[in-house]
Amino acid sequence: MKKLLISLFTVVLTFSLIFMGIGCKGAVEEAVTEAVEEAVEAVEEAVEEVEEAPEEVTEEPAVEQFITIHWAQWAPADYLEKLSEGFTAETGIKVIVEQTPWETFVQKYNTEMIARSDAWDIIVGDSQDIGNMAINGHYVDLTDWIIENGVDKTFTPASLTYYAEYPKGAGKYYAVPCEGDALGWAYRKDLFEDADNMAAFEAEYGYALGIPESWDNLKDIAEFFHDPDNDFYGVAIYGDNGYDSLAMFAEQVIWSFGGELGDYATYEVDGLLNSEGAIAGIEYYHELFQFVPPGFGDAFFIKTNDAFVAGIVPMTTNYFAFFPGLANEATNPYAADTGYFACPPQVGSDGEERQFAALGGQGLSVVAYSEKQDLAYQYLTWFVKEETQMEWAKLGGYTCHAGVLESDEFLNATPYNPAFKVSMEIFKDWWACPEYDELLRTFSENIAKYVVAGDGTAEEALNKCVEDWEEIFEAAGY
Amino acid sequence: MFRRIKDKNIRDDQIVYHSLRDSSIIRLFVLPVIILLVAINVFPLFWSLILSFSNYSAKMVTEWGKNPEMVGGVNYSKILTDPDMWYKFITTAKYVVLSVSGEMILGFGLALLLQLKFKGRELITTFLILPMTMSPVIVGLMWKLFYDPNWGMFNFLLGLGKIDWISDPSRNLYSVVIVDIWMWTPFVMLLSIAGLSAIPKYLYEAAEIDRASWWSKFRRITLPMVYPILLVALIFRTMEAFKIFDLPMGITGRGAMAPQLIAMHLYNVSFVTWKTSYGSAIGYIILIVIIAITSIFIKYLNKAKQ
Repeated sequence: MKKLLISLFTVVLTFSLIFMGIGCKGAVEEAVTEAVEEAVEAVEEAVEEVEEAPEEVTEEPAVEQFITIHWAQWAPADYLEKLSEGFTAETGIKVIVEQTPWETFVQKYNTEMIARSDAWDIIVGDSQDIGNMAINGHYVDLTDWIIENGVDKTFTPASLTYYAEYPKGAGKYYAVPCEGDALGWAYRKDLFEDADNMAAFEAEYGYALGIPESWDNLKDIAEFFHDPDNDFYGVAIYGDNGYDSLAMFAEQVIWSFGGELGDYATYEVDGLLNSEGAIAGIEYYHELFQFVPPGFGDAFFIKTNDAFVAGIVPMTTNYFAFFPGLANEATNPYAADTGYFACPPQVGSDGEERQFAALGGQGLSVVAYSEKQDLAYQYLTWFVKEETQMEWAKLGGYTCHAGVLESDEFLNATPYNPAFKVSMEIFKDWWACPEYDELLRTFSENIAKYVVAGDGTAEEALNKCVEDWEEIFEAAGY
Repeated sequence: MFRRIKDKNIRDDQIVYHSLRDSSIIRLFVLPVIILLVAINVFPLFWSLILSFSNYSAKMVTEWGKNPEMVGGVNYSKILTDPDMWYKFITTAKYVVLSVSGEMILGFGLALLLQLKFKGRELITTFLILPMTMSPVIVGLMWKLFYDPNWGMFNFLLGLGKIDWISDPSRNLYSVVIVDIWMWTPFVMLLSIAGLSAIPKYLYEAAEIDRASWWSKFRRITLPMVYPILLVALIFRTMEAFKIFDLPMGITGRGAMAPQLIAMHLYNVSFVTWKTSYGSAIGYIILIVIIAITSIFIKYLNKAKQ
């Protein structure tokens, strides 16, 4: 029975399949054909996708490109960070501006360079350190790049000499002038233009009170206003002797009175650093220092600005980089009455008139150990463009681009820009040889003893400097 | 740490476990620390000793035979024959004597006062300790503001007029001494309190019975019993004061008109003018001086213990 049932089921199934096969042949064929065509299309599409896919698969995930710039911690570094956003927008390359407090700025980048660190791609280093960086191979030689990009034609010659060139006059460049700066002056127009003050000053000194036309004139004004009994003092100038502040003020009066720091090419100092003009300049500094507020033996940029803002002095010296704080009413109650002028000229004992300002500021240098020098060059190419330089100036940076400096847009942008332009034409720098820090230290020690503490004479201080410097140069093998 | 030794001739229950010896384990654990110490402490120590006999400048490119170039004891003879260096050593000694003696007298005096039972004693002790808990650089910068002759509180509170405590070289050493005493007197005070608390009460009771005066009890019981711990405080403070750097750096900065202390000079030589070898030689001279002074104190300490 069981066998019969199985046989019947098999016969029925066989006939059913035969009939299905005969009756549906055409439909089956169509269905099969369609299915095969679809499958072929799908395979072709997949093949196409696979052919395209390797590019996507093998391509590495996009890595964010960036460069790191090292600079001191101050407002211009913030401006540079802001300015660099334009570069990032244009190229997609991020720019990180790493800031170090001024107190340890030079030590930090020197230490990193000694260790041949690639932590930074660009350093905005001090101008006097360029010799050290060039000789020891820490900075890339930018001479060819500067010429190719016409920087030698578009930037002021003095800025290239002092911020970029080493040795001076050799035509070898290691930086692009970034933040041009010099010592300048801010004064209280309300006090200088006050009718009573003007009359009293003229009666005492025999000439009109106004923006000083000479260093002697400036000292007269300081003396006139100096009134310690009423907590008002003649002038705010640098006295700090830890790094370069005292030396920078001293050098400009030395030059203006007819002296020199030495011969930068031959390393001769005797007869130059202790010349009649240099002695007169240091004596002048000491005399002017008698009109500063108490406790100015350690005064640098913060203290001079503080004294001015506190309303205890009628005029102050400072680097132009620190003047935005004085032009801002939020930080200076006398901002509306504050005027600015460049360092005045002085007729020396030889009858010749000279005008100098001590150079501040820094240049952009490519680090020799950077693995992203191509990006650094790309950044420099963008930075030296005239439109970038104009934007830099508008943000508060001090451009050294000749075209921008000359433009009305720049001159009218801030109340101190005209004085800055004058300063850019009269600035001069300290020694830039690798031993500059030793020269600074010994100079500050010797000069501060006389200028600040009143020990000895200017001649003795300068003669001691000559002695020390000759020893340093001899040890260095010059 | 165990090694399983299986001998085919012995049964499983006779398996012997050999452990690493204690001394081996100790060596194993101490080894990383020793390697670290040698790498970051011992090697630089000996390397700087070698450099002190050369003319090396870390700022310049290293070129054997030129930078560094071995120059024998030139740096040491230069330092020891330089009158300016002797002036710096004398100034440092003056600083050490003034600050440490001030701290010892005030610290011990305050500890004696705090032995008296009065209300709020614990609170006062806590307040007195506060300066010691602060960072020296922060203390320095804070006092720089206090000292400012134009807007600082120091002259104002004491009614001293416009005295320049910071940049006047005839005065700024004392400014730093004042701050050092303010900051570290609590340290001496704390150690003194510990020493005073450890004196057995029965000694004073016996002295009372003998009708000893306050001075007699102080001279014959208190002082001899606290003497060893005072010597420990003296050793610590002398060593610290001799190499003081952070406080004057915060108050006066490192300029030419700042107090001419030897550690400040060492910083300027080594990290401002980058005369690495010369700085190393100064460092070794300071080390020798500190070891010599400390040895004298330790000798007295050992005597006191006996």
